Amino acid sequence: MKISLIFSILLVGCMFAKAQDDLLGDLEKLEPPSKQLTTSTFKGTRLVNGQSVETKHKGELEFIFAHRFGRINDGIYELFGLDQAYVRIGLEYGITDKLGIGIGRNSVDKTMDGFLRYKVLQQSSGSKAMPFTITAFGNMAIRNSPRKEDATFDITLVDRISYTGQLLIARKFSPKLSLQLMPTIVHKNTVDQTIENNDQFALGAGGRIKVSKSVALTSEYYYRFDVPDTNPYYNSLGFGVDIETGGHVFQLVISNTRGLTERAFITETTGDFFAGDLHLGFNVTRTFQIKKNK
Amino acid sequence: MKNFKLLFVSSLLCFSLGAAAQKFTLEKSIVKFYSAATIENIEATNTKAVSIFNAATAEVAFVIPIKEFEFEKQLMKEHFNEKYLESEKYPKATFQGKFSDFVVKEGEQRAVAQGKLTIHGVTKEIEAPGTISMTGNIVTAQAKFKIKLEDYKIKIPQLLWQNIAEEVEVTVEFIYKPQ
Repeated sequence: MKISLIFSILLVGCMFAKAQDDLLGDLEKLEPPSKQLTTSTFKGTRLVNGQSVETKHKGELEFIFAHRFGRINDGIYELFGLDQAYVRIGLEYGITDKLGIGIGRNSVDKTMDGFLRYKVLQQSSGSKAMPFTITAFGNMAIRNSPRKEDATFDITLVDRISYTGQLLIARKFSPKLSLQLMPTIVHKNTVDQTIENNDQFALGAGGRIKVSKSVALTSEYYYRFDVPDTNPYYNSLGFGVDIETGGHVFQLVISNTRGLTERAFITETTGDFFAGDLHLGFNVTRTFQIKKNK
Repeated sequence: MKNFKLLFVSSLLCFSLGAAAQKFTLEKSIVKFYSAATIENIEATNTKAVSIFNAATAEVAFVIPIKEFEFEKQLMKEHFNEKYLESEKYPKATFQGKFSDFVVKEGEQRAVAQGKLTIHGVTKEIEAPGTISMTGNIVTAQAKFKIKLEDYKIKIPQLLWQNIAEEVEVTVEFIYKPQ
């Protein structure tokens, strides 16, 4: 009696062990705890007007066409700004997955710009997780307006040049929510020192909320430090909607700036957002894979 | 004494059940999918799958990390992860099942893998015809099957439907060695 009890216990135990023989469970143990890189923090290389941490992948060429209309509060005569246009046409190429190079031309102040960006750190989960993605961005811009003969002083090429350095620090908190901080320095070789400094510091903040797989809402604000009282410019604020379709990203934006280079929108925004000096606009990007992957 | 024998037999039985479970793990794997569509054919390859094959019971299980699918175009990979497979929410595709009609023998044999396939958080019973060949210690399993995207709640935005077929063909090749 006693023995048969042991027997049945053993048999049940044995069958239980058999049921426990879960292959998928075994697999979990086999799998090394891997590091998962967080990708697609933002849909585009631009948040609203400014840069995002995103870089192009190796061998990708992005064509970006950014357009800002005039001010909405210019009224019906200007068809609420739609009669005017400020454009930046640009290209960006991914030399590696981390290093990108780009050029552009903005109609505002007839500015040519060239830039480099480098993804210093990429957010990851799993073992040795990294909480942030950090991209360093630097550009040089040449403002070709006014013409030499129209300038109020003997303007040289050096006077026209400005530089921007940015650290873009972002975290994708969830597939829906990503936030970014952008400590920024803009250096202008020549300024009117009664209204602004040569070196100007700003801190940008922005983010996105995905409302569907292809649509996200974005926002961006740049706060400037140490602004002289005589400075006529405003901090730039913008909101946008990102719509992604295949190789295109459409970004519909509304902001108080019409400039599309860092110097112009961070330090020379002319519109007062809350007085209604708003510009509608859009960025359209198309990505081409120039070099095939492998 | 008789009872003692019974105990002996039962423990032997229990032991043999465990011992006969000869398990194989992956040496190499290639998982591919192919989607033919009007504008663009899409192909992706994944070599990072892990799998266990139990020759004694013909049971098989595999796990495919979704983010490891490599595409010709990086943007395809990004969209695949971000929009279709939502790999941050559902990082793995898994299968657990059995090869029906499998017997341990040298050489090639036809077998049908039956079991539960989980993709995008959705589990479906599937049947995939394929072959298994055993040469010495090495087991090679191959299977080909079709997946309907809507079965796994993989939604394609309307603007993109021409780019992506509603059904994709999956090819699996696993080469196992004893664990």
